[in-house]
Amino acid sequence: MVTPVLVSGDGTLVYNGGPVSATVPAVRDEAIDTTGDARGSFSLAGVSVAYGKDLVIEGVDMHIPPQAVTALIGPSGCGKSTLLRCLNRMNDELGNVHIGGTITLDGQSIMGKAMDPVELRMRVGQVFQRPNPFPMSIYDNVAYGPRTQGVRRRGELDGLVEESLKGAALWEEVKKSLKKHAFELSGGQQQRLCIARALATKPEVILMDEPASALDPISTQQIEDTIAELKSSVTIVIVTHNMQQAARISDRTAFMLRESLEEPAHLVEIGDTKKMFTNPDDERTESYITGRFG
Amino acid sequence: MSRLGRTRQARTAEAVARVLTGTVALSVVAVALFIFVYIVYNGIGALDWTFISEVPRDRGREGGILPVIVGTLYVTLTTAALTLPIGVLAGVYLAEYAPRNFTTRAIRLAITNMAGVPSIVYGLFGLAAFVLLAGFGRSIIAAALTLTCMTLPVVITATEEALRQIPQDLRQASLALGATRLRTIYKVVLPAAAPGIITGSILGLARAAGETAPILFTGAVFQMRRLPDGLSSQFMSLPYHIYAQVTSVPGWNRTLVWGTAFVLVAGVSIVSVIAAWWRSVQRRKVKW
Repeated sequence: MVTPVLVSGDGTLVYNGGPVSATVPAVRDEAIDTTGDARGSFSLAGVSVAYGKDLVIEGVDMHIPPQAVTALIGPSGCGKSTLLRCLNRMNDELGNVHIGGTITLDGQSIMGKAMDPVELRMRVGQVFQRPNPFPMSIYDNVAYGPRTQGVRRRGELDGLVEESLKGAALWEEVKKSLKKHAFELSGGQQQRLCIARALATKPEVILMDEPASALDPISTQQIEDTIAELKSSVTIVIVTHNMQQAARISDRTAFMLRESLEEPAHLVEIGDTKKMFTNPDDERTESYITGRFG
Repeated sequence: MSRLGRTRQARTAEAVARVLTGTVALSVVAVALFIFVYIVYNGIGALDWTFISEVPRDRGREGGILPVIVGTLYVTLTTAALTLPIGVLAGVYLAEYAPRNFTTRAIRLAITNMAGVPSIVYGLFGLAAFVLLAGFGRSIIAAALTLTCMTLPVVITATEEALRQIPQDLRQASLALGATRLRTIYKVVLPAAAPGIITGSILGLARAAGETAPILFTGAVFQMRRLPDGLSSQFMSLPYHIYAQVTSVPGWNRTLVWGTAFVLVAGVSIVSVIAAWWRSVQRRKVKW
């Protein structure tokens, strides 16, 4: 059954006559009030996503604290990646995607006309599942973002490239061959290059969509170490299928679930990673984490 | 039939299929090779400094083909200058921006149909539209515009295909860094697709350089004593020169006409080979 979804005049999703967020008991996230001065915190309230008329995510309330790693976990098709793409408006590129509710970055709405997606994406970087460096040199890959922002001076670019490659723990391996084509790097190096490329625009947040799923264990380890280094300066939101990975690297974990194909996905539980993995409140979280489904 | 017999039969059929398909494939190569060797054999004798540096004398029975070569280059380069920007822009629209709707389908259908129109019809169209209606008269620009209409579908299709080969990942990466769609296209997607676009376009332009029908009514002339001096000048052209010699010059000089054919084929081949080589170099550098 397809749930009828309408987008009302003010841009919020309406379904079965009422705003979507009102139709489900929202999962309360106590961390919501902890907004401080730190850059790079997201607040989501009643966030719903529809592809065309098909409601896929419903009523997500969530706070993503600054300078910490938040992991989104859940079975395939539970909307983790879709929710992640709401945070940098990459869903806009798919067309025919409607997002309801409110999402704020550092207290400022990022929805609709309130935020220019191009500006948002300079503040919220993304690393994709498969390494996707541009077909150009290592240097030009990292300098792409700053050049897009209008940085032209050689010295400034050089500095940004070095700093970003150091941030992604790739500098030592490539400092002598910055002119080399990015495709000559190994898969793991390419992914760290993509992290460096995202860092070069000085983002407040980096979104990672299963960044290590295409990599071997050693490269995965390096990516995880890089994430641990980075979280002191940027907020990281990571989607992962690997629960050990979520447990190892994240501070907070959000568990999403689509209970059946007829229903949209929703947030089951969010909390400190330690608590989520040892003593979750919801039995569905426990079942998933202990491997009983998914 | 026994199982063994059936296997043997299958093996025979396999062998026959291999020989048959192989022979047919090789015979295509043989035809191509024959044409090439025949042109070289007959035409190479004409090649000397006089041939490529002098104007035709005695209605083309003597002398060289300098204005013929220059005319072809002039028209082909003008065609390239017109076709490439229009074709690439249209290809970019179709691959990167066009929504899936009726208008887009209509555009595609129009392009397919344009590719199927016989070249003599383009010649007539060029005469009506560019020579007469637009008032360019019989000229390089009128001929180049006519050839542009004929070549555009090739360039548009080559561009669209080349752009579609570029993985979506790259566009996503660029957009996620805060690049606009336009910047993504000209900084990432177009450079990556350039080898494919250029090779496809060169094949289309090579075809245009060798066409007679579209330039027949639009600006090609039988004899010129000087080189073309601008876009509104008339011109001589390699394919038309061959046609005119054979059809209207009694006692035409066989060696010189084959020599003209040789120059045309050699020119087109050299450009195609350079394009193919360049593409393979780029391919080796970039693999998805």
